[in-house]
Amino acid sequence: MKGYIHSTESFGTVDGPGIRYVVFLQGCPMRCLYCHNPDTWEFGRGEEREAADILADALRYRSFMKQGGITVTGGEPLAQIEFVTELFELAKEQGIHTCIDTSGITFHDGKNADQWDRVLAVTDLVMLDIKHIRPEVHRRLTGHDNAGILAFAAYLAGKEIPVWIRHVVVPGLTDEEEDLKELGRFLGTLSNVKALDILPYHTMGIAKYDSLGIPYPLKDTPAATTAQAMRAKRLILAGMKETRHS
Amino acid sequence: MLKEEWAGFKPGRWCNTSVNVRDFIQHNYTPYNGNEEFLSGPTAATTKLWEEVMELSRKEREAGGVLDMDTKIVSTITSHGPGYIDKELEQIVGLQTDKPFKRSLQPFGGIRMAQNACREYGYEVDPEVVKIFTEYRKTHNQGVFDVYTPEMRLARKSAIITGLPDAYGRGRIIGDYRRVALYGIDWLIEDKKHQLDTSLVRMTSKNIRLREELSEQLRALEDLKKLGAIYGFDISRPAANAKEAIQWLYFDSLAAVKEQNGAAMSLGRTSTFLDIYIERDLKNGVITEEQAQEYIDHFIMKLRMVRFARTPEYNALFSGDPTWVTESIGGIGIDGRHMVTRTSFRYLHTLENLGTAPEPNLTVLWSTRLPRAFKEYCAKISIKTSSIQYENDDLMRPVHGDDYAIACCVSSMRVGREMQFFGARANLAKCLLYAINGGVDERLKIQVGPKYRPVEGDYLDYDDVMSKYDDMMEWLAGLYVNTLNVIHYMHDKYAYEKVQMALHDRDVKRYFATGIAGLSVVADSLSAIKYAKVKVIRDEDGIVTDYEVEGDFPKYGNNDDRVDSIAVQLVRTFMDKIRKHHTYRDSFPTMSILTITSNVVYGKKTGNTPDGRRMGEPLAPGANPMHRRDTHGAAASLASVAKLPFRHAQDGISNTFSIVPGALGKDDTLFAGDLDLDRLLEEDP
Repeated sequence: MKGYIHSTESFGTVDGPGIRYVVFLQGCPMRCLYCHNPDTWEFGRGEEREAADILADALRYRSFMKQGGITVTGGEPLAQIEFVTELFELAKEQGIHTCIDTSGITFHDGKNADQWDRVLAVTDLVMLDIKHIRPEVHRRLTGHDNAGILAFAAYLAGKEIPVWIRHVVVPGLTDEEEDLKELGRFLGTLSNVKALDILPYHTMGIAKYDSLGIPYPLKDTPAATTAQAMRAKRLILAGMKETRHS
Repeated sequence: MLKEEWAGFKPGRWCNTSVNVRDFIQHNYTPYNGNEEFLSGPTAATTKLWEEVMELSRKEREAGGVLDMDTKIVSTITSHGPGYIDKELEQIVGLQTDKPFKRSLQPFGGIRMAQNACREYGYEVDPEVVKIFTEYRKTHNQGVFDVYTPEMRLARKSAIITGLPDAYGRGRIIGDYRRVALYGIDWLIEDKKHQLDTSLVRMTSKNIRLREELSEQLRALEDLKKLGAIYGFDISRPAANAKEAIQWLYFDSLAAVKEQNGAAMSLGRTSTFLDIYIERDLKNGVITEEQAQEYIDHFIMKLRMVRFARTPEYNALFSGDPTWVTESIGGIGIDGRHMVTRTSFRYLHTLENLGTAPEPNLTVLWSTRLPRAFKEYCAKISIKTSSIQYENDDLMRPVHGDDYAIACCVSSMRVGREMQFFGARANLAKCLLYAINGGVDERLKIQVGPKYRPVEGDYLDYDDVMSKYDDMMEWLAGLYVNTLNVIHYMHDKYAYEKVQMALHDRDVKRYFATGIAGLSVVADSLSAIKYAKVKVIRDEDGIVTDYEVEGDFPKYGNNDDRVDSIAVQLVRTFMDKIRKHHTYRDSFPTMSILTITSNVVYGKKTGNTPDGRRMGEPLAPGANPMHRRDTHGAAASLASVAKLPFRHAQDGISNTFSIVPGALGKDDTLFAGDLDLDRLLEEDP
């Protein structure tokens, strides 16, 4: 089947293990204040391409993919869950490692459960980006609350799908000490978390907003420093430790 | 007959049949699979010495780029007495002149070039020397211009053929500098005499030339022995230990740079050879690891100090004053063993001990089968210093075996058995503009190429342009090869590389190296004509000077076969046209797709092109896609380049690759990596 594709990248090294072919899917229901890909927001745009075509293109880079594979990101890739399912089923036939970079926002407590089971059956790794642990802050940051996302995390744990947790550190917005610990405490309940990937907020998205004519919501927010990101990592790990040791 | 200096070496053909350094290496080297932990830091002497060199370097910069110049003594192998940086501290000795960084006078390529180089820095060549090289002794440059046709001069002026070594040394010849260390000069002289004695005596011009050259080589070997003596060494005998082996080898490469101001004066493939000596000394307890590293550091330091007197135009072409002292490291042997030794590590380690530097051009012959620890060390040093060049051993080994080396940037040749005639490059982008304008130069507005029919109408038609382009390339290939024939004939005659050729076999294979510039501009231009619409804009004289592209088109560098196939076809077509022509000394024609810096100058001399590139904008370096047109990531960009057929570009394909560190992977301080979580949780966060 066809999916709406924003673009592809043949040499992804930061979206999962190894060198990866990264597919940016078009469309996202979230409107995160610090999103650096506003050009992937709108649904129904981008290039329509067959899953088989995308895989054929990815396979041309197989010699680069020794420890890598394919990552779907976006946009919100799981907004096009059928497409991702087909792409990953084809990829697994070829023995390619598959990874989804998702916010989990389209997971609504077991609705359409068959489809979720199917896609996760062919997914080797999920990178789950938890924007914030508190529902009300989450809503302010993204336009949605996080109940579905946390349920998705639990669902993945139940299935024992390996997960990398991503968290963007935005100074003044997502770096409050107690919140980070609380996020850690939640993660501590999950047995399938394999890595914690802290992403310092950067301002490189501003140019995209300008070219799209969208006002940039975080004009006065500075980029996060490495030290700020390391502090966040420590706090989250401390929270996880609390849960694990209690 | 085994010499005492060879004690402990495993004999083979190398000592009982012929001069054969490869055979010596294969019998005696020790592959090393470990990591870099054994390496030593700089000794106090190394640090002090390097500080002195840096101080001289600073003074050189402050003096406007040149510290001192010879204006009277013409540089030869034996022209100068000994020179030192700091005699007490130097383990490996020898300078181009009597003082560090004093540039030597090398007028054999062309006296005017030598004068201009001096004048630029406020020096004047001694009038007597000028008189000798103007009135009595002809130079390479004069020889060439005696023969050039008006068409060749015009093509040179318009820069459709450009960077020609007709006024400077062609370089790109690698003497087998290891031979003197292994055999000693006297053995090599005996061997060379035997070559002369067994050469044909029917006096055709070919045989006469060979006999004369062998005699020249014999004289050069005698001079080389004297160069050793100037510094107090007897290099008539083989090197007896590691320090001597490095010193003997260095004298040979020093003799080469004293004799030739070549565009690239590369070193060869020496690390694994020297490792055999170092291993023997370490095993016998004669030296320590610290000493071994010190010898290598001091040797590399000397290679970093090579300087030539060059003109501002030359420096503009090469963006600076490069010497391309390329050293080839690693690779895989044809018996399947890798050729990485501890000394391969020691060479790369100089970038840590002495700091980063572009010279010598340390080049790793990369194979997927290199040992992992070495690969990791290479990656580490690349990240730290950005100073390592990589070349594909898996591609070159089938052509050259396992004792080849790289001259300059990408030119591969078997050391001591093959050489090349360096031929700069033809500008294929300009050639396309000539096809469109019927041979009229778009900048000079004069007829340079043949007066073929120019394109008609407002829009370019792909088939029409291709047909015209094919004709124009046919003309260019012929003119180009013939121009190079003139140059190499005269270089052999008036500026023969006698010491470098003395360290070759008699019957060498000669490559006739051509090159092209502008590949990606042409591929994109033809793609634009084929897949978009390109409207031409003519000036008042009817010359097409600009283009309007309507619509989008596939661009080279995105792994898109629609345009990549155009690039592949271009390479093959032009090479086939080169192959049609007679080449000097029956040399084997090859082609490179190479520029590291000179693409900037070529771009300045090339008008607007149908891909939308503006007049004067740089061409992409080598086989690179045009700047910012590769939009599908590095692997796609590299895959486009990898399609170019090595068979038709055997002199090498270069791709200059830059990437911001953040795009190469995660920051370890932030990313708590796969499966590490349990350990991290155990640590006190």
